[in-house]
Amino acid sequence: MSSNRVGQTAADIRREIAALQEAKADIDNRISALQTQLSSCVSNDGTNGTNCRTSPEPSSGGQLSADMIYRYSRQLILPSFGVEAQANLLKSSVLVIGAGGLGSPALLYLSACGVGRLGIVDHDVVELNNLHRQIIHTEKFIGRSKVESAAASCRAINSTVQIVEHKEAFRTSNALEIMREYDIVVDATDNVPSRYMINDCCVVLGKPLISGAALGLEGQLTVYNYNGGPCYRCLFPTPPPSTVCQRCADSGVLGVVPGVIGCLQALEAIKVAGVVGEPLSGRMLLFDALSARLRVVKIRGRSSKCEACGENSTLTEEQFCNFDYESFTQSPLSTSPLKLHLLPADARITSNEYNERNLKGEPHILLDVRPAHHYKITSLPKSLNIPLESLEGRLSEIATAFEREEESNTTATGEASRVPSLFVICRRGNDSQRAVELLHKKGFPFAMDIIGGLESWSQDVDPKFPIY
Amino acid sequence: MKLTLEFGGGLELLCDSIKIHKVNVEPQGEEKKITLKHLLSWVRTNLIKERPEMFMKGDTVRPGVLVLINDCDWELSGQLETVLEEKDVVVFISTLHGG
Repeated sequence: MSSNRVGQTAADIRREIAALQEAKADIDNRISALQTQLSSCVSNDGTNGTNCRTSPEPSSGGQLSADMIYRYSRQLILPSFGVEAQANLLKSSVLVIGAGGLGSPALLYLSACGVGRLGIVDHDVVELNNLHRQIIHTEKFIGRSKVESAAASCRAINSTVQIVEHKEAFRTSNALEIMREYDIVVDATDNVPSRYMINDCCVVLGKPLISGAALGLEGQLTVYNYNGGPCYRCLFPTPPPSTVCQRCADSGVLGVVPGVIGCLQALEAIKVAGVVGEPLSGRMLLFDALSARLRVVKIRGRSSKCEACGENSTLTEEQFCNFDYESFTQSPLSTSPLKLHLLPADARITSNEYNERNLKGEPHILLDVRPAHHYKITSLPKSLNIPLESLEGRLSEIATAFEREEESNTTATGEASRVPSLFVICRRGNDSQRAVELLHKKGFPFAMDIIGGLESWSQDVDPKFPIY
Repeated sequence: MKLTLEFGGGLELLCDSIKIHKVNVEPQGEEKKITLKHLLSWVRTNLIKERPEMFMKGDTVRPGVLVLINDCDWELSGQLETVLEEKDVVVFISTLHGG
């Protein structure tokens, strides 16, 4: 083949690419049309598309077509699963909220195993730093909607499942309308207000909730609001203080950890939908990846005093719609990074200004207050790393650095120069402000914050500087 | 009384990042029993190295922390009034919200 191409010019290749792209677009259009046709078959007939079959109906296997029997054969021959559970699965619908670290494996398995209808909710777009854990997405979808990307992967695995795309944030304004159409809900979100909101919506609509969470090297899993079992609010009537709620973007997460929990969420959803086994209700699974320990603990039952599902609770659809989950939990629904404003303008400079002053040779100390393991990933030259946590106890190191800086400038110019400046930097510009506040009180009143931290350095000064 | 205390979900960061602590806790004063209430104040004094508000609120754990005694939610055994026995395993775990 390659020998044929030797004589090809760039123009020939471009022409061929264009022709192939056109053919590909035609195929894509045809696939979408067929998918639409298929979903109308499914919605007209609860047995998932058997009306679409052109070959005669099978003589065995209940409502399963020959293709389905073949596709799902390895789970059909399981004595404790079998045709009944598969038929239940095919009739069921599952809503997965969040197509991230948890949602990725959950969606892959749910589409593969043959649930009838699978809804995906997410408002976000795929980014390169998602791919280590959000395994449903591929490089070619970077910058595109997570829902579109996840739906494409699910359809590629199993074109017989009806995939419904909800490209929007899950809010009280659309929650009831979206969730009402599904039998089972998988919470694969990443923040506290969403967890309360999804729980309450499940209670109002009477849907079982498969709840998973992962951070760092640990994961947790349980089933709420199932068969008289507890709901999220029975366990956590009061939200945690917002200062303790960590995000993957700040604390880190090993990709496979949400992977494990997301797979287990798919498993619990399959058990509930297939009506097999004992779903993890009234129990919670705790997973510690580093020590390879997995424990299942018994948790409290439904609380009669619960504000969502308790005996005297009167949580109505209307109350749900009017509830302010962000103010209840004191944390935002969106996971955009916090932006603090602690300092007056004269105590802050932009990364560009810092760059100019550095290039002019202004004597200074650059203090980087990120944790040591962040500093090891990347740092600016000649910066001094003292993490914010230990700053108060290590002020003498700054004083020593000052002496050294003053000395070196005196020898270079032959005359005593002015006191060096002190600039403080961190990852995004929040900890550096906290550090400057502390330094102002502890004998360094001239300390200045570099606005926006290393992220702004990378954006505004040096695009080659890595962002993490 | 010999007890095993475990911290998880980030709470271990408050005690030198060590998750499992084998400890010996003695009853206070005239008391012969050790209750969870007593244990919590012992933990706060002896194990929590920083930011105690991340672990406790008032005389109990802060919202969002589950307490498990021998793999059972402490709600099922009487919360603060639960009486501990030799070799009990008490787990303090902060709920996670990431995904």
